[in-house]
Amino acid sequence: MTTPTLLKKAQGIYRSDRHVWRLIIMIALWLIFMAITRFRKFYTLINFQTMAAQFPEFGLMSLGIMLAMITGGIDLSVVGAANLTSILMAFLLINLTTATGGLPAYAIPLVFLLAILLGAAFGLFNGLLVSKFHIPPILATMGSGELFTGICMAMTNGNAISKFSRAYSRAINNRLFDMIPVQLIIFTVMAVIIWFLLSKTAYGSKLYLLGTSPTVARFSGLKTDRLLMQTYMISGICAALGGMIMLANYNSARADYGTVYTLQCVLIVVLGGVSPVGGRGKINGVVLAIILLRLLETGLNRFPKISSYYISLIWGGVLILVMVLNYFTENAKVKTTNT
Amino acid sequence: MKGGTPTLMKKLTRRNEFYVFLVLLVLCLLIEIRSGQFFSPNNLVDIASAMIVPGLFAIGSFLVIVSGGVDVSFPALASLTMYATTKMLLDANYQGGAVLPIVIALAIGAVLGAFNGLFIGYFRLPAMIVTLGSSSVFKGIMQGALNSKQLTVIPPGMRRWGTSALFIARNPVSGLTSRMYVTFIAFIVVLALVFFLLRFTMFGRGIYAIGGSEVSAHRAGFNVIRTKVIMYVLVGMIASLAGIIRASMMQQAHPTNMLGMEMNIIAGVVLGGTAITGGRGTLTGCMLGTLLIVIVENSMILLGIPTSWRSVFTGVLIIVGTGVSAYQTIVMNRSKRVQTAKKEVAA
Amino acid sequence: MAETLLRAQSIHKSFVGVHALKDVSFSIRRGEIHCLAGENGSGKSTLIKIISGVYTPDAGHIEFDGHRYSRITPIEAINLGIQVIYQDFSIFPNLTVMENLALNTELAANRKLVNWKRIRRVAEEALAKINVRIDLDAYVGSLSVAEKQIIAISRALMFNTKLIIMDEPTTALTKKEVRNLFAIILQLKERGIATLFVSHKLNEVFEISENFTILRSGELVATGSTKDLDDKKFSYYMTGRTFESRRFVPKTVSKDPIFEADRVGIPGSFEDVSFALHGGEIIGITGLLDSGRTELALSMFGMKPIREGEFRVDGTKVELTSPRAAINHGIGYVPEDRLSEGLFLPRSIGDNIVITELDSLTKKFGIVDAERRDEEIRTWVGNLAIATPDPDNACQTLSGGNQQRVVLAKWLANSPRILILNGPTVGVDIGSKHDIHTILQELANEGMGIIIITDDLPEVVENCSKILVMKNGRIVAKLDAEEADEQKILSYML
Repeated sequence: MTTPTLLKKAQGIYRSDRHVWRLIIMIALWLIFMAITRFRKFYTLINFQTMAAQFPEFGLMSLGIMLAMITGGIDLSVVGAANLTSILMAFLLINLTTATGGLPAYAIPLVFLLAILLGAAFGLFNGLLVSKFHIPPILATMGSGELFTGICMAMTNGNAISKFSRAYSRAINNRLFDMIPVQLIIFTVMAVIIWFLLSKTAYGSKLYLLGTSPTVARFSGLKTDRLLMQTYMISGICAALGGMIMLANYNSARADYGTVYTLQCVLIVVLGGVSPVGGRGKINGVVLAIILLRLLETGLNRFPKISSYYISLIWGGVLILVMVLNYFTENAKVKTTNT
Repeated sequence: MKGGTPTLMKKLTRRNEFYVFLVLLVLCLLIEIRSGQFFSPNNLVDIASAMIVPGLFAIGSFLVIVSGGVDVSFPALASLTMYATTKMLLDANYQGGAVLPIVIALAIGAVLGAFNGLFIGYFRLPAMIVTLGSSSVFKGIMQGALNSKQLTVIPPGMRRWGTSALFIARNPVSGLTSRMYVTFIAFIVVLALVFFLLRFTMFGRGIYAIGGSEVSAHRAGFNVIRTKVIMYVLVGMIASLAGIIRASMMQQAHPTNMLGMEMNIIAGVVLGGTAITGGRGTLTGCMLGTLLIVIVENSMILLGIPTSWRSVFTGVLIIVGTGVSAYQTIVMNRSKRVQTAKKEVAA
Repeated sequence: MAETLLRAQSIHKSFVGVHALKDVSFSIRRGEIHCLAGENGSGKSTLIKIISGVYTPDAGHIEFDGHRYSRITPIEAINLGIQVIYQDFSIFPNLTVMENLALNTELAANRKLVNWKRIRRVAEEALAKINVRIDLDAYVGSLSVAEKQIIAISRALMFNTKLIIMDEPTTALTKKEVRNLFAIILQLKERGIATLFVSHKLNEVFEISENFTILRSGELVATGSTKDLDDKKFSYYMTGRTFESRRFVPKTVSKDPIFEADRVGIPGSFEDVSFALHGGEIIGITGLLDSGRTELALSMFGMKPIREGEFRVDGTKVELTSPRAAINHGIGYVPEDRLSEGLFLPRSIGDNIVITELDSLTKKFGIVDAERRDEEIRTWVGNLAIATPDPDNACQTLSGGNQQRVVLAKWLANSPRILILNGPTVGVDIGSKHDIHTILQELANEGMGIIIITDDLPEVVENCSKILVMKNGRIVAKLDAEEADEQKILSYML
């Protein structure tokens, strides 16, 4: 095989999934940069384990927003739903905490089950507002997010809820085979489920079509209201699990934890190649964007002289840069196909 | 539509602002009945002062929403300009009046607004995504490059301007006093200017036209890119004015305490009947909606509700407010179709 | 007065290797009504864009009003007196009639400030010019299509207009509105304003235009007086093929009706509609745009559930409350507007074909059986001869006719027993139209019951064995194919 054909092939692979390859290249470049500059401080097992325990919080929320965005909507209530879940579960854990400061064996499965149910209920509420009351998703979820946060505030007066057994936090901060953090496992399970739903099932195909055109979807006999409700429910479940991880990572729950996550997650999802108007986007792009964010942030922390706040600058810059790149590549495409 | 001229009442009831006004009135009366304090001079003045910063933000937000976009960057933009201006003047040991700080802030705001406008106008990127990115960039510059910490001292000129009062209102019962700040005039001036701009200039009509249909606006001869860029520059300037006013009134520059305001401001604008899809809405409605949010946020104490319930109320307000207008559209479409069908049958 | 206003001389235009126009020449006199016809992709929209200055020709030139131009910009075209009325009218639904009328001239005059008194005066004058009355303070979004069009036309006339180009102006108009439009065009003619209108509807070409130009694959095939044109020539020029119209005669009609409507109605839309459809039949439902035919069609598919009466499938009452319910009862529906209701344009052809039957192509847990899915797609692409190199391509890459075939495939894949088609050949070129009719007749002969809702009378007469005519929400006539002709149907419709 000669070099030009190889190049062409590479180009073809790159073009087939531009977003994903762009993210892979960015991650690779960053990893190389870190290897050159801070190899010892960055490439440690514990460093990667810490990252893997941190990103599932907003990673899970991003997955939920991704689903909503594929339908042409958005879910701005994820952080509110996550905090409300974690606060309610924190109260439950306080009640379950035994005199010796431990937890009964059933406690952790129980709180997770309840968290999933709560998340589904919050999502259903959003789904109803969007599908039955026809409120634009951005407003409906903004309102419900405010409402969830409000309930958190009203319940806690803005204080942290932390007087529950440390056993919960210890359990989630465990590592499988002393290697893989539990948080990462929870995230991976959800990501695999959503990947499976999107790419292998009828539900996934319908979701993309619904996002492409709700009218055509209705004329094609899709139960659009139900699809929307299901989707916001899954998003709610993702958010609730994110909340449970926050509860473990901070060993407490508070109404204003993770408030920066809302916009950060939207950013991740768009950077991951999900179209804000719906109908387009893949989970692999979003997962890569989540990982990229974490790597950038942790890597930057290895440079004590550089303020960690620069991450926000880089992050916003990257988003705008990618959008501009898309503008040029898509415009080029339009020009060649326009007849 | 083709019937006789509608009466004033009918005209009123067709407008969204009317209902926002009614809700506002009911709320005020409710608070008055519960507390007897709402219509006291000092409370009214307090509300007016509380309205200055959100009101300015809402005006900027309103412009963007009418043009068919959503801006989530204005709190970050305002924080950055406010912080940069204050820091710069403190470093220079500036002792003069408030004019220079305002001019500097407006200039920085214009540049940052142009940054938004460039990407949204020229590259035609979705406003929400661009402003999401730019708010991140602004925050990064402020917290990273400027290494922002809370500044508890601000230049004396700013402090004087921010605390001087037009008049002082006194509550005859409790004896409490409230200052009507001079900065309120700045808010009123901006409001009047934007009102004039939207109503009486081609530039303003262009914003509505673009929000209605960008393609049509282009074909009609509007310079869509230029209109958008100028508009974002303007929005940046309005937001930075709000930022500098806030710092002056609080007598300190807090880099992060404006962040997160965007949702409530947008909520107020939309509650006032501005269509989130663009092209429709009035400044009056926008102000009424914002006032509603401000009153809810500031009058909970008068109602005897703990302030921690604030977000619950704003949340419900957003959901019910947008839900009602969404529901109205459905009903209107349905009844319109029936009416026209009836007319045809009768004809 | 036979002075030439516009002459296009040997226009060439190509896009990245594709010849969109090859050596096209034609001319329009002052005040002439000229029809430009051609199938989709024939180059007619490219030609319009060249005349209005959007594109510059690769070779050739335009003469306008005695001057020769090798290239013009859109602004120059407007200043010369050329106005285009696009299909979407380029209006602002969120603004009032007044502003919609006046904004363009205000902009052209480069005014910076808005004088509402002047705007009102300008708008009043604009409407007075063509003798129509529309509430100036109404929002344009609340007006009917015809009113929006009138606004677009009167706005165009506010410039010193000599030529108005209308892109398929009659598509969404009722018959009455079309007559009003034609009256306006004739008025313009009297004032010396020429009209170039783009259409592929035969009857319109005959009714209004004096001269015609027909393009096919970028080449001029005929130009001349409409008097010399007839049905056969027209379709030959358009397609390069000759068609024989065969009237459909049902071969095997089932003994019992498979679908019945019994005094169904939705108050305000239609009422007291009854008919029976047998397998093997094609029923045509026709009527004016506002006759209630569309609402009836939607109700049969569960989009607008009926409030009165009942539908029966195989003699049993069914509740058609949602499209899904209708699909489950074996009903398929090809919607009126292919672009906004029928197809997911950016999605693949395959996705579009299998969408309605997706649930039946799954294994356990809703997993899509990829093999059966691909098999199904291949079958339908083959059966309906959809011209595509790869069914994974997006639907928007197809021509109008092929897109309509995908819509058909989407419903046939679900093997319905009752197929409802609302305007099955709107916007479809003559060749594909003929093919689609053939497919429908074959399907009927295989035992399917078909209902066509359309105002295309030749289509009804050619394909339907029974014809129902609707007016003001009621069925006013039931005709058998033998006794029906276009004149007779028309007399009931109006």
